[in-house]
Amino acid sequence: MDKKLIKDRSWIVGLGLLAVLTMVVFPVFFDIFRLNLIGKYLTYAFVAVGLVLCWGQGGILSLGQGIFFGLGGYCMAMFLKLEASDPVSTAIQTTPGIPDFMDWNQLTALPFFWVPFRSFTFTLFAIVAVPALFAFLVGLAMFKRRVGGVYFAIITQASALILTTLIVGQQGLIGGINGITDLKTLHGWDIRTNSAKYVLYFLNALLLIGVLVFSRFITSSKLGRLLLAMRDKEDRVRFSGYDVSNFKIFIFCMAGVISALGGAMFTLQVGFMSPSFVGIVPSIEMVIFTAVGGRMSLLGAVYGTLLVNFGKTYFSESYPTLWLFCMGALFISVTMFFPYGLAGLYDKYLKKQVLAKWTKLRTGKTPETDKNTETQIVGATP
Amino acid sequence: MTQPEILLAIEDLTVSFDGFKAVDSLNLYVDKHELRAVIGPNGAGKTTVLDLICGRTKATAGKIQFKDKDLTRLSEHEIVHMGVGRKFQTPSIYGNLTVYENLEISYPKGRTVWGSLTFRRTAEIMERVKEVATEIFLEEYLHMEAELLSHGQKQWLEIGMLLIQEPELMMLDEPVAGMSVREREQTADLLNRICKNRSVIVIEHDMEFVKSIAHKVTVLHQGKILAEGKMENIQNDERVIEVYLGH
Repeated sequence: MDKKLIKDRSWIVGLGLLAVLTMVVFPVFFDIFRLNLIGKYLTYAFVAVGLVLCWGQGGILSLGQGIFFGLGGYCMAMFLKLEASDPVSTAIQTTPGIPDFMDWNQLTALPFFWVPFRSFTFTLFAIVAVPALFAFLVGLAMFKRRVGGVYFAIITQASALILTTLIVGQQGLIGGINGITDLKTLHGWDIRTNSAKYVLYFLNALLLIGVLVFSRFITSSKLGRLLLAMRDKEDRVRFSGYDVSNFKIFIFCMAGVISALGGAMFTLQVGFMSPSFVGIVPSIEMVIFTAVGGRMSLLGAVYGTLLVNFGKTYFSESYPTLWLFCMGALFISVTMFFPYGLAGLYDKYLKKQVLAKWTKLRTGKTPETDKNTETQIVGATP
Repeated sequence: MTQPEILLAIEDLTVSFDGFKAVDSLNLYVDKHELRAVIGPNGAGKTTVLDLICGRTKATAGKIQFKDKDLTRLSEHEIVHMGVGRKFQTPSIYGNLTVYENLEISYPKGRTVWGSLTFRRTAEIMERVKEVATEIFLEEYLHMEAELLSHGQKQWLEIGMLLIQEPELMMLDEPVAGMSVREREQTADLLNRICKNRSVIVIEHDMEFVKSIAHKVTVLHQGKILAEGKMENIQNDERVIEVYLGH
């Protein structure tokens, strides 16, 4: 029981540190251009956190999380695009009032599935509901038939490819390879200004903290323990009276919804959404972020995402051709040498010292583990 | 003398894998509060029978009547909810959870997604976990990771995980495999206590152990029942000696 309390407290401290880092340190030390870039990385961290839930905790490796990131991002982009395509600013088009790419593709009316996205309330609902529904259907089809492991990974990867192809092929309906670009305002509020970028950055960081707290709630509930148990001995869980597939569907949906929130925040901060964030490559990159951070650690996933992306920006600015090889090498070395990623390294080498320092700071005493102190006292008394 | 009530009635049960009949028109009746041992040479279909009862394998033909329901139509977790518990041949426990958590997960509460999210440890559950842990000789190890237990203790833990569900029928696949002599004795005691208020089916190769627990013994051979009855009679049955005991 005591052990659990310490674990909880150190987790809360860890979350506090992350909050300070993202909401105080970064905004103080970086200009808005860099901060916006970090904001973009933090939207990937949503996906990584989702992967900790379904891959780390639940053992379900999905190589198609870009799908959900994209679904969330596209829902938000559709709303923003409609707002940017009012009849006045699109007056030069053949059909004013519809998004520009539709006009270029000789569409003369707004397709039916775009219509509800005029409402912001509906859009917010869709950002959660569309990926949840998609994950539910995929999960239902796969997990009820007990498809898992590598097969599930391949199917999710194929789905990512299918969705990308679909988007690219439907230029008139959804913007094709260029994606949905030229987004301007949200309810009349210009999202391209520096002040808006600050506001969105903080909103994003707050939302991420919220998602982390929610995910922590899941992992520390009985459901979290059940997922671990399932990863280890699926049949035992089944023969203890649980419908295993329901739990898998649930956690896969959760991971999808969390990724979609990241996608929506991405669209708001970066100002566009395109199929290059949906396909296989981004999906696998997200898995690498999670692996680097430690697939069992919610906080680790955020740090992993930040670290790999800082590295990516640095390397691709300095040695653009080398980057892909670095990324590959990173993934191989993490899986081979540090299977639990950054979080695993912290647990192994730093945790003891950090906890000791912490106790020293708080109590002013040189810390010893309880047992040691006891034996020392006993030993000292003749 | 009153006729004991039948809890499980297996009739004409057949399962074939690519034409090979692993279980062939099997008839088996288990009474309430009976401890039945199933023995037989390797490949006789013992484990397959358990798999069929608990829904892991679907029957090709036949019926498995448990209380008033036919189990062949139900899915695994529904069969568990009916009151059937099953222990696997190799101890199947959650190595990365503590003994306490292993037992708590098996406690029949919070079995749905929502139920498990809102599950809270109550005094009642903690009490029950401790009670079962004491029964399976693991009260000292409640907070140890299950991976660190000895092989025999893992077997007990899995039995405990069934006990906490209060099943009416418990099926144990080789519960004393890999146990020391002392552990075997303790397990025999445990099983004799357990079957006071439920039926138990045990698959076992250890004849001494079977002798010390079984009310009735069923010998399987090539998917069929070769003999059934009291241990003394079985031991002297010539056919049984030929296919199984003689080796």
